[in-house]
Amino acid sequence: MVNRVVVGAHYGLRDWLIQRVTAVVMAVYSAALAGWLLFQPYVGYDVWTGLFSSQWMRICTLLFLLGLFWHAWIGVRDVVMDYVKPAGVRLAIHVLVILALAFYSIWSVQILWGM
Amino acid sequence: MKFKIYRYNPETDAAPYMQDYELQSEPAGKMLLDALMLLKEQDDSLGLRKSCREGVCGSDAMNINGRNGLACITPLAGLKEPVELRPLPGLPVMRDLIVDMTQFFNQYRSIKPYLINNDPPPETERLQSPAQRAHLNGLYECILCGCCSTACPSFWWNPDKFVGPAGLLQAYRFLADSRDQATAERLDDLEDPYRLFRCHTIMNCVDVCPKELNPTEAIGSIKDMMIKRMV
Repeated sequence: MVNRVVVGAHYGLRDWLIQRVTAVVMAVYSAALAGWLLFQPYVGYDVWTGLFSSQWMRICTLLFLLGLFWHAWIGVRDVVMDYVKPAGVRLAIHVLVILALAFYSIWSVQILWGM
Repeated sequence: MKFKIYRYNPETDAAPYMQDYELQSEPAGKMLLDALMLLKEQDDSLGLRKSCREGVCGSDAMNINGRNGLACITPLAGLKEPVELRPLPGLPVMRDLIVDMTQFFNQYRSIKPYLINNDPPPETERLQSPAQRAHLNGLYECILCGCCSTACPSFWWNPDKFVGPAGLLQAYRFLADSRDQATAERLDDLEDPYRLFRCHTIMNCVDVCPKELNPTEAIGSIKDMMIKRMV
């Protein structure tokens, strides 16, 4: 195989945009949750379970977590692109990260709807 | 004034080293390049590039006390002693303060830094309105000294794949030109996780640019054009 510098994988803009959008989703969720907590006179087990028993809260939390995992995927891939040069090793790390994030996503659903 | 200057001659030295110099001269009113020329009278083996000595040619770019800049427009009086001078970081050193700029110019060449217009050339010139011409302000002034790209960590990591701030500023200079017709091809070429999107808005480029240009803003404008094209 010739050793050329190859560029032109046309996903730069898409991933950059996704990272921005997921950042906004996470910021809105975090601010809303922090604001809600600030106005609670007492926060205990019953308040937490009460909050997460609402279907809307579960959906929003899942949205936040999926946003976090997608955001993390792009961030981790960017780091790996800078520091891991052999294509085979890089692909293996990418697959492992994707598998871990897919596992976390399924686990998140189980946690949120198992409460 | 005391100086510490990076010395390296790949033909004779096993490794680079820092050499001390001292100059008996008043710094007031002088630029760093003036001091370097006096030092060269002391020791003519000191290698550096220079030409216009007024911040127009961009050949005497170097790392001055840890910050990239042009020696010819850096006032001597404001510099902390000993003044530490090193070649531009991240590029191969040819000798002392002289670096091999091939990689930098390869990236510049890759963005096709010329007007692409397939219409038959008019008899006199391709006209622009004053408003269209104003879009090129802050872009055409770049002198390609390399201060910004060699201050950019993304360029240090991937100089063969990331165009770098200087090249991207010039890419936008042609995207913003009303006379250019290759907008789609130019955007296609940059729509890549390396060529444009290795920029993580660190903004060292804006910090060091001796012409006070803003490559980060130009990179943002290219992204805006891509988003506009996509949605």
